Amino acid sequence: MSAGIFDPYQLPPPLLVAEAAVSLWRRGLLQSDIAITCLRVLEGFAIGSVFAVLLGTVTGFWRRAEEALEPTLQALRTVPTLAWAPLLLLWLGIDEAPKIALVAIGAFFPVYVNLVAGIKGVDRKLIEVARVYNLSDLQIARRVVLPASLPDLLTGLRLGATQAWLFVVVAEFFGSTQGLGFRLTDSQLTTRVDLMFVALVVLAILGKITDSILRVVERRLLSWRDTLGQMPS
Amino acid sequence: MSRPLAVSAVRKRFGDVPVIGGVDIGVPAGEILALVGPSGCGKSTLLRLIAGLDTHYAGEISVDGSVICGPDPRVGLVFQEPRLFPWLTLAQNVAFGLHDPDGAEARRLVADALAVMGLASFAHALPKHVSGGMAQRAALARALVTEPQVLLLDEPFSSLDAFTRMKLQDHLLAAWQRYRPTLVLVTHDLDEAVYLADRVVLLSERPSRVQDVLRVAPARPRDRRDPSLLGLRVALLEALHLERGAVGAAS
Ligand SMILES: Nc1ncnc2c1ncn2[C@@H]1O[C@H](COP(=O)(O)OP(=O)(O)OP(=O)(O)O)[C@@H](O)[C@H]1O
Ligand SMILES: [Mg+2]
Repeated sequence: MSAGIFDPYQLPPPLLVAEAAVSLWRRGLLQSDIAITCLRVLEGFAIGSVFAVLLGTVTGFWRRAEEALEPTLQALRTVPTLAWAPLLLLWLGIDEAPKIALVAIGAFFPVYVNLVAGIKGVDRKLIEVARVYNLSDLQIARRVVLPASLPDLLTGLRLGATQAWLFVVVAEFFGSTQGLGFRLTDSQLTTRVDLMFVALVVLAILGKITDSILRVVERRLLSWRDTLGQMPS
Repeated sequence: MSRPLAVSAVRKRFGDVPVIGGVDIGVPAGEILALVGPSGCGKSTLLRLIAGLDTHYAGEISVDGSVICGPDPRVGLVFQEPRLFPWLTLAQNVAFGLHDPDGAEARRLVADALAVMGLASFAHALPKHVSGGMAQRAALARALVTEPQVLLLDEPFSSLDAFTRMKLQDHLLAAWQRYRPTLVLVTHDLDEAVYLADRVVLLSERPSRVQDVLRVAPARPRDRRDPSLLGLRVALLEALHLERGAVGAAS
């Protein structure tokens, strides 16, 4: 199967990969890699999205806050994401903090951008209904604007989760001794392509699981939407 | 018992364009007043002023003797579109303007309002699952449930088919019997105006003034084929044409 263009050292047959996975599991390394990477994704994603929701709500709502913050955020967004890594290492040291910070940065921007777009896109006519009932700005935010922009927020969260997985691998390339990203670089150094594939396959599976979970949440929360995506299949 | 609406010497301009040129209307408690006039003469604008959504105007608007200076629980507003919140059920939509939307008292009031509008069995339906006419009935229920003294309706039935429109007009009358608000109804449908209203106020071209006031005599329930209603309709039509002719001659 892998005969031909690649020799087995570059593209190992699936059986070899499975064997490598089993031996990694027996030694308890696969479990700990998965656990540590998942934890980093979870923490970074949570921190990044919470910041994005707070900041996005503020800038989406108050024009003055937008004018103050938007140029800075726009500028930060144009920084290539990998370029953050050395800076974060310098600032935060080489333990958990910079890795989680990098994941948080990765998750932050998709959530922020989508939420702000969602808030700005809320139907003015619905806000007018709330104004007839003399609701305060805060009540309008909570009862009209946030539910109305929930679809965009959830889109942002899904993209943010994808980014979080991407960034965790990058974060673990640097100064890490554990995790699936470390396994990738480590197996490159030791030319264990089979282990590399184990890490890749596990990452793909975990990314897929995350996305599926968020899709279910989305379907649940947005069942009120009258769109093609919400038609019973 | 008297809780009238008084619009006195109201003038409104958008930038350099005068839209409302001095309008005086007094509406006795519980009256149904229809407001008709050429497109763009400021009918919707006037309703927004009465609802307190726009407070930049000259003149005075008061309800029950006190001046309106912002959104006011005594004034309700129904728009041309239902404007239901798509993520809320009809019952939750109707409860939207109540102080404690989840309370037991709210539940009772909402059930009442939905029943008056013939929507009792759709309380838990989402807006996407009901027809346009039902959505507009829910919007009416939402406006009525807070029991405003004055209910403003801006072409509430104009996007519905003729049959649904007639049905909703009767729903509106039933609700009016139950809640007895003072109704101000903006409409382009002269049949609707003479069928529903006690008085029809005709506004002139922009900047608008009250051009004519017609009293609709027949007692309710009215027959849509009542010849006196048809006669009024013709009179209104002529008044509107007269207005257009006058503009044509002036320009
Ligand atoms: N926010 C606004 N800014 C500037 N001009 C406006 C604004 N709102 C309304 N106008 C203008 O004021 C005039 C009156 O508008 P309004 O919507 O009140 O008319 P209308 O009588 O309700 O018309 P229609 O019968 O077509 O609904 C129009 O010429 C409109 O262009
Ligand atoms: Mg209008």
